[in-house]
Amino acid sequence: MSDATKPGDAPSLPTFTLDGHDVPFTPDQTILQAAMAAGHYIPHLCFHPEFKPHGSCKVCTVKVDGRTMASCTTQARAGAEIESSSDEVRDLRRNLVQFLFTEGNHFCPSCEQSGDCKLQAVAYELGMTSSHFTQMFPDRPVDASHPDVLLDFNRCILCELCVRASAEVDGKDVFALSGRGIKKHLIVNAESGRLADTRLAVEDKAMSVCPVGVILRKRRGFRVPIGQRTYDARPISEVAVDQYRRATRGDE
Amino acid sequence: MTFVLEKAAAPAGLRRIVIDPVSRVEGHGKVTILLDADNRVHQVRLHIVEFRGFERFIQGRPYWEVPVMVQRLCGICPVSHHLAASKALDLVVGAKKLTRTAEKCRRLMHYGQILQSHALHFYHLASPDLLFGFDAPVAKRNVVGVIAEHPELATQGVLLRKFGQEVIRITAGKRVHGTGAIPGGVNKSVTHAERDELLPQMPQILAWARGAVRIAVDLHRAHQEEYDGFGYVRSNLLSLVGKNGDLDLYDGTLRARDADGGILFDGVDSQNYRAHLKEDVRSWSYMKFPFIGSLGADLGWYKVGPLARIQNCDRIPTPLAEEARQEFLARSPGKLVHAPLAYHTARMIELLHAAEVIDGLLRDDDLHGDDLVAKGPRQIQGVGIIEAPRGTLIHHYEVDSQDLVTMCNLIVSTTHNNQAMNEAIREVARKYLDGKEPTEGLLNHVEVAIRAFDPCLSCATHALGKMPLVVELRSADGALVEEIVRE
Ligand code: SF4
Ligand code: FES
Ligand code: NI
Repeated sequence: MSDATKPGDAPSLPTFTLDGHDVPFTPDQTILQAAMAAGHYIPHLCFHPEFKPHGSCKVCTVKVDGRTMASCTTQARAGAEIESSSDEVRDLRRNLVQFLFTEGNHFCPSCEQSGDCKLQAVAYELGMTSSHFTQMFPDRPVDASHPDVLLDFNRCILCELCVRASAEVDGKDVFALSGRGIKKHLIVNAESGRLADTRLAVEDKAMSVCPVGVILRKRRGFRVPIGQRTYDARPISEVAVDQYRRATRGDE
Repeated sequence: MTFVLEKAAAPAGLRRIVIDPVSRVEGHGKVTILLDADNRVHQVRLHIVEFRGFERFIQGRPYWEVPVMVQRLCGICPVSHHLAASKALDLVVGAKKLTRTAEKCRRLMHYGQILQSHALHFYHLASPDLLFGFDAPVAKRNVVGVIAEHPELATQGVLLRKFGQEVIRITAGKRVHGTGAIPGGVNKSVTHAERDELLPQMPQILAWARGAVRIAVDLHRAHQEEYDGFGYVRSNLLSLVGKNGDLDLYDGTLRARDADGGILFDGVDSQNYRAHLKEDVRSWSYMKFPFIGSLGADLGWYKVGPLARIQNCDRIPTPLAEEARQEFLARSPGKLVHAPLAYHTARMIELLHAAEVIDGLLRDDDLHGDDLVAKGPRQIQGVGIIEAPRGTLIHHYEVDSQDLVTMCNLIVSTTHNNQAMNEAIREVARKYLDGKEPTEGLLNHVEVAIRAFDPCLSCATHALGKMPLVVELRSADGALVEEIVRE
């Protein structure tokens, strides 16, 4: 039994159903937040418990009373019937994730973020196998100008978490997105366009929010052996719920 | 100059035979043969598609990614590339000497790779020719035939290979695309529990490995004269040699001998390989032709791999393999063995050596240490050389001040043997094809000579023994006269 449904925990909270399970929620919670708090994982990429929902990746899509919605930006509503793990919803998510893979240059076996990457972990969660995304077009040069940080733009999924972290937490505005549609890409806010000419430091929040392998500490890659990486022992459905609860402990 | 049979004097009007792909070798290669109306051989070439793209591909990537990234070069011997790249990058991070734990874990990984690769080659790729004869019916001359008639051999091959793969999994984290070696050391050591998975298997592995040497020796002796002369190709030899002239497949300095065994150079530091080795380019081949610079392209080519190694070293530092080596050498006292088919015995002697080394390492407590990474003053370049299963493997990188690779040069084992393989198949063509109507069985003789070297022709994964062989007979104007397809 998950803690949120413990008798006496919050007896008078309203609930919605998620794949038939009752999920209690507080008025400020979105569907995704309430589900995660109750121990139900809904796949997501651009959502981070410490930041305001952003609603761009749509990987958190669910069906609310039959309509597809992004669960990270949709307020929880009493009595709503939500479908998250049906084949239809999972197929939809898988297509979205597959599209992210084809859009960027992702080659998991030789990526240093392998085993720690949310995109990879969500792909596994959705039953994708790595053979789907073998294309790799090394056409986006990395930015290695910073002495301690490497930017590998090949893997950016444009979730804007780094943009938000740098602006809201670090107060540095190191990152931004530029361009529209298919041309949209991550840029570094410096006249030279080089990371070395920003105030980014390795302790910054922006260093730790990237769900993929774009913003990397230099010279650390592959230090953690296979077997000890974030998603080696436990799937993202468990890891993410734990992380969510740790991040939100205290404000619930 | 060109070599005899490298280039027909008057190619116009000659019939062209193509063996494409060469089967039961790793990767994709083809052989072209030009014959005149009387089936006299005028030209024989082994062509290989080189992976030049990879050197460019790695440029602009961060150096710490390289040991993992280079495994994409080859689905068959990724571990060798992983370790050669790591050795090169050790020097870039200033780790001139690894910690004892790191070095031993890497050695364990490497000898695991030697064991599994040699087992795969001998039991599955080469044994059909050796057991059934070079022109045995195609239907039988394959691994399925081996399983049917010699099931115990096929099983041993599978289990030896599996053990080697387990060693790799434990040291690298995965059987392929592992990450165990990192610049300056390793990311994990071996736990006692992991050791306990492997060590109890050693008596059986050692027994099979001894048996493997026996099988190779017996098969050779059963056809002594034919095997000794088959594709015979005298050449220089090149390999790393360890301390005191010991066979060492993980580390050492470069030594080259001439065809009579005289030392050409010795004690050459890996970092200076370019002062001694040059590469020739021929218009007809994607693959370069390396040679010993001081001798020139015509005389300076050499053999690498097991046959070169066990004769280039002064001794093998493990007793069972050394005993087998002495027996091998005693058959032609004072003379180097140059018969390509002797590669098979040499390969099994190395397999036995690998098993002995693994046995020793598994009893060494350094394997379980926690001092994993060394470093020192950062350097701008590094060369890593390793004796991969197929021969000397050279990885050379330059890394800029931003930690990105700016230059990569790779010389893979198979490339070193390019000239020697071409010479071997020309010798076979002279002896077996010349003046005869080419049949599938005769053409297989050409492939047998190539297989002896165990080339990895494209460093790419292919189904084992399943590649169809297509022989095309074309008239002078290029029209297809006849096509023989072997599934
Ligand atoms: S760099 Fe990472 S955190 Fe920033 S937008 Fe791209 S994927 Fe998101
Ligand atoms: S997590 Fe909801 S849209 Fe990205
Ligand atoms: Ni290979």
